[in-house]
Amino acid sequence: MNGSIVMPLFGGVLIGLSSALMMFFLGRITGISGIVFKSLSSLNDRREDWTRAFILGLFLGGLFLKQIYPALFSFQISTSLAKIIIAGLLVGFGTKLGSGCTSGHGVCGLPRLSKRSFVATLTFMFSGIVTVALMRYL
Amino acid sequence: MKNLVSLTMGVLFSIGLSVSGMINPEKVIGFLDLFGIWDYSLAFVMGGAVGVNLVIFPVILKKRPVFSKVFHLPTKEKLDLNLVLGSILFGIGWGLGGVCPGPGIVNLARLDIQSVVFVLSMLIGMFLFSIYKRIKS
Repeated sequence: MNGSIVMPLFGGVLIGLSSALMMFFLGRITGISGIVFKSLSSLNDRREDWTRAFILGLFLGGLFLKQIYPALFSFQISTSLAKIIIAGLLVGFGTKLGSGCTSGHGVCGLPRLSKRSFVATLTFMFSGIVTVALMRYL
Repeated sequence: MKNLVSLTMGVLFSIGLSVSGMINPEKVIGFLDLFGIWDYSLAFVMGGAVGVNLVIFPVILKKRPVFSKVFHLPTKEKLDLNLVLGSILFGIGWGLGGVCPGPGIVNLARLDIQSVVFVLSMLIGMFLFSIYKRIKS
């Protein structure tokens, strides 16, 4: 299962650059759960159009890469729909209650040395690890 | 202009997630499988992203943003139960499906039922939180 670390590291640097430039240009934390929520809860507010633009960019980036490098998207998703629904509900509710996800707390919060983000990141890593362990061995 | 920059950064973020392997649920679950056959490679995604921002954020935060008068940073500093509870729930969902919000959106480009159902469920989860918050206050 252990692949090369070059592509993960390269991808991570691109993610870092994207969020750094968002801070530089817009003065915003790139927290995707927050951006997704805001993109729908501020539909009448033109000042928040940047959230819709960012989400559109995420989607278009995926479409673009799928065209030029389909192998990246050729993986199978074997999770059952029931499990996907529960996972989605928990991710949606949890990220709102916990004020962020992997991007907001991890990618942006850790480098800001935020205590809250540090605790959040350790917590969701821990509960993710426990969940996978239970799924594998129960 | 601001929206065009945001769109471009969305594309860049999306490319980062895709080439890193973060969009593949099986790989993410392998990364969280610390007590099984642990695939540590995705640790370098977070490592790379955090490393870049550790260096660049302090420089950027000295001035003001290009398209805004101020930086919009979180104001809460204290730890609270919601932060921990929410992160626990998010972690369970992340472990179950192997998908966090960013890859969830990027995977819509697969145009398959699983990716659409995940994003819809996530949106419903966020909507349920709004209702919960309204009831509580």
